[in-house]
Order: sequence, then structure tokens, then C-alpha cells
Amino acid sequence: MSKRVALEASHACCEAVRMADTDVVAAYPITPQTHVPERLAEMVADGELDAEYIPVESEHSAMSACCGASAVGARAFTTTAGVGLELMHEVVYIASSMRYPIVMVICNRALSAPLSVWCDHSDVMSVRDTGWIQVFCQNNQEAFDMTLWAFRVGEDPKVLFPVMVHFDGFTLSHVTEAMFLPEQEEVDRFLPKKRQYQFALDPDKPMTHGAFGPPDMYTESKISQEVAFRKSKELIIQGWKEFGKIFGRYYYPVEPYRAEGAKTMLLMMGSLNETAKLVVDRKREKGESVGLINLRLWRPFPFEELRQAVKDAETIVVFDRCISFGGPGGPVFSEVRSALYGMERMPKVVGFVGGLGGRDVPIKDIEYAFDRGREVAEKGSEEIFETVGVRGKVEGIREPKGVYLPAK
Amino acid sequence: MATKARKTKAAVKKLRTASEVTWRDMEVGGILTDAGSAALRRTGDWRSERPILDKEKCNKCGLCWLYCPDAAVDACEDGYYEVNLYSCKGCGICAEICPKEAITMIEEEEE
Repeated sequence: MSKRVALEASHACCEAVRMADTDVVAAYPITPQTHVPERLAEMVADGELDAEYIPVESEHSAMSACCGASAVGARAFTTTAGVGLELMHEVVYIASSMRYPIVMVICNRALSAPLSVWCDHSDVMSVRDTGWIQVFCQNNQEAFDMTLWAFRVGEDPKVLFPVMVHFDGFTLSHVTEAMFLPEQEEVDRFLPKKRQYQFALDPDKPMTHGAFGPPDMYTESKISQEVAFRKSKELIIQGWKEFGKIFGRYYYPVEPYRAEGAKTMLLMMGSLNETAKLVVDRKREKGESVGLINLRLWRPFPFEELRQAVKDAETIVVFDRCISFGGPGGPVFSEVRSALYGMERMPKVVGFVGGLGGRDVPIKDIEYAFDRGREVAEKGSEEIFETVGVRGKVEGIREPKGVYLPAK
Repeated sequence: MATKARKTKAAVKKLRTASEVTWRDMEVGGILTDAGSAALRRTGDWRSERPILDKEKCNKCGLCWLYCPDAAVDACEDGYYEVNLYSCKGCGICAEICPKEAITMIEEEEE
């Protein structure tokens, strides 16, 4: 029997780390993630969690310590946010390329400058291509569920990739919600007590981790990593199926909400989905043909699920909480558009950017995204992407006139 | 001092060279499960100069063997030394340290 409790997402994910009997926690505190390492340090100090807590001097060291721990077969956890993830960046690639199934919670935060400790998804996008499995949470229950699931999927010998669990800084990390905590016995049925790892470093069985990759070996190494990473999607889904069987909550790479037959669908990641559900409910009551798509699995990208989910839609409105300066639109927008490219009946894809640096995205802004999105799909727009919640009429997100090419 | 040469050239040649290894042969995470496997790989491919030993001048002191940063100098049973060119990076330390000037570095293109 699970227990109903009130926790903020930061503390919810710590409960998953505790129930997973994590061996090593190495983390450096940074707003808005601070409550996560604080609570874990408290758990270790109070004897609730039998783990080695390494109070490292930076995020770069946090991930390095986790790599070392994971190399000897320990279950390792770390957590960071925003600029902390940037400082960690080098080692983020190393963890995935050396196939260490570290679990990392990111309390999504904007990147400086101007200095902002508040939520957006710029930090996520800077690590988009690092080869980590990445999932988003909509609420605190999911912060617990995804963290627990992450250990199991990452450590599966057929997967062996690290997993990032994203939840929105402050919006979820600091907000207390009702949620369910399972029994330890249920967790033990879902997650093996100890990690099984055939390549664990052992003085009695010497081997080399992190060898040099000369030009005649590097490409083969990266291709084998990419093939394994794409294949991990099967085990990701399998993990969610088994999670559902034990805990009764089912998760999917792409989660439609009232999207049946909807002509216009809004697609977003993270906690804004919860607000958007209200908007969809209201618009549906008024008879509007709208739906919502929650993109849960960000990497590896669920191309086929997305195509299936939107195949009958006319317009997809994609809401990004990040700017790709000078690029084709927000990062989620450009991924979605390229995922749908080549479909027989490809929906129009309209990109919106909003909710940057903790800017609130109220119901009216999401209503506007739906309405303006439909208008842009119909009539087009001068701007490469649309914006919500910006003071002043936005003009100039476009290329200057004139084309400069070599003369023929 | 060293007792025997690690691998004869013939033995090294039997090992798979990089051109025979495909992406399917890569171990998870690029981990090398056999310790000391660098001795079995051609890691000197990018050398631009190679050392030539003159047995006439050599007094078998073993300083080249001792100073080689890559352990690419093998001690032979006759007391002389031989450079393993599958491993030698061509740094020239052996030539520099040799008290008898028995080692000279020559350009790779030269015969």
C-alpha cells in the first residue's frame, strides 16, 4: 500500500534516491536544486540512507566523482541546475560515453546573463546531444517516479546509459504537492537491490576504463555508442511498462491529452503541461478542436510515437522555454518539425518561445499560443518564431533582407 | 635488467590492426578488458622519425631501455636492444641519452 504524503519535487526525488539504496551521492548545491543535496546530506547524516556523501567543490568534480563511483559498480546519484550543469559539461559527455548509469536530477534553470536563478530549459538544451537518456516531469509524483525508474533503466546491462531527470526549477522543486510514496517492498520488486556490472573496476581483474581513442578507433567507438543509445528506447518503454504494473502509474514517451481528433495540438515539455491541460479543457468545452501533447522522452527522441500521435492534426504549436540564437526556432520546435518532415500529410508546425528565466506562463498566454498558432498556420508570419508574454510588439526575429552568394 | 623481448615482430603482426576492428567489436564504453593491451596495438603509427641502433657503437649499457617513456625498447637475449616500432612514438629520448651516440633519428620517409 502506498502512502499519501505532501512533498516538494526536490524532496520527492530524494525519497527515490533513498528507496533505491543509492551508494554514492556527490553533489554541489546551486539554486534551485539546493534542497536536493541538502535533504540527501540530512538523510545520510541521520542514517536514513547508507550512502557515501561526497561534498565536492564543484559540479565538474561532482560528475567526476560519480563516474569513479559508477566505474566500481556503485549506484551513483548527482543533481544540479542551470550554470552548474554548464560547469559540469565536459564530464557529462564522459559519463555517457563510458556508459556509466549515473542518475542526475536537473532542476531546470535559465543561463546567465542576465543572472537568473529561475526556470527555463536553456540548461537542458546545452546538454541535448550528450548521449544521456533525458525525461521531463510534469509534477512532483513524476519527480519521484522518474528518478526511481531512471536507476533501473540506466543500469540495465542492455542499456548502460546515464539518465537525466528534468523538472522545472521552483515551479516544481520548491512547491509542495500531494503524492504517493510506495512501500519499500514494491520498490525492491522493481529495482534490483544491488547494481550488476560486469566491467566493475577490480584490482584482481585489471582493465582499462577511459582509454585513448586515436583517429582509427574513435569513429567506431561513437557509432557503437549511437546504435546502443537508439536501441535503449525499447528498454526505456519496457521499464515504464513494468513500473506501471507495480505502481499503477503508466508513462509513455509521448503523452497526448484530449488529443483525439484534435485539429490543433500544443506540444510542450515539463510542468507547463499542467496549466495547458486546463486550457485544453476550457477550449474543448467551447467546442474547439484542440489537444495537448506532453513530450516526456527528450532523448532518445521518440520519432515514431510523435508521428503517430499527431498524424491527424492540422497544426502543431510547439512551446519552447529556450532560445536557439540565430537558429531555426526553439530547440523543441526544430526537433519536432524535422521529426515530422517527410510525413505524407505533414501538419504545419508553429514555434513559440516563452516562459524564459522564470517568467510566469499564465492560462491566457497558453490560450494565445493556441489562437495565434492557428492564425500563423493559416496566414504565415514574418517572424521565425512567435513569442508570448513579451512587453512590446516583437519584430525582427527574421533574416535581414537581401541574399549574398558568390556570383555565378 | 630485462630478460627477453616482449613480442617478436611476427607475433605482433598476427594481432588485428585497427583496420580490421569494426564498430561491432567495440566493448561497452570503450573499456579494454585485458590489462596491458597497449603492447598489442600499433600505437606508433603517427611517428615522424624513427631511431636506428648501431650495434658497432652500442656498449649494452641499457640507458635507452631505461629512459624510453613508452617502454618501446626491448632488451634482447644477446644483450643488445631493439626498438619496437609498433609502439615507438619517435620522441628521440633514446638517441639523446645514448652515451655512445649509437642511436640516430631518421625521417620516416627515409629507408
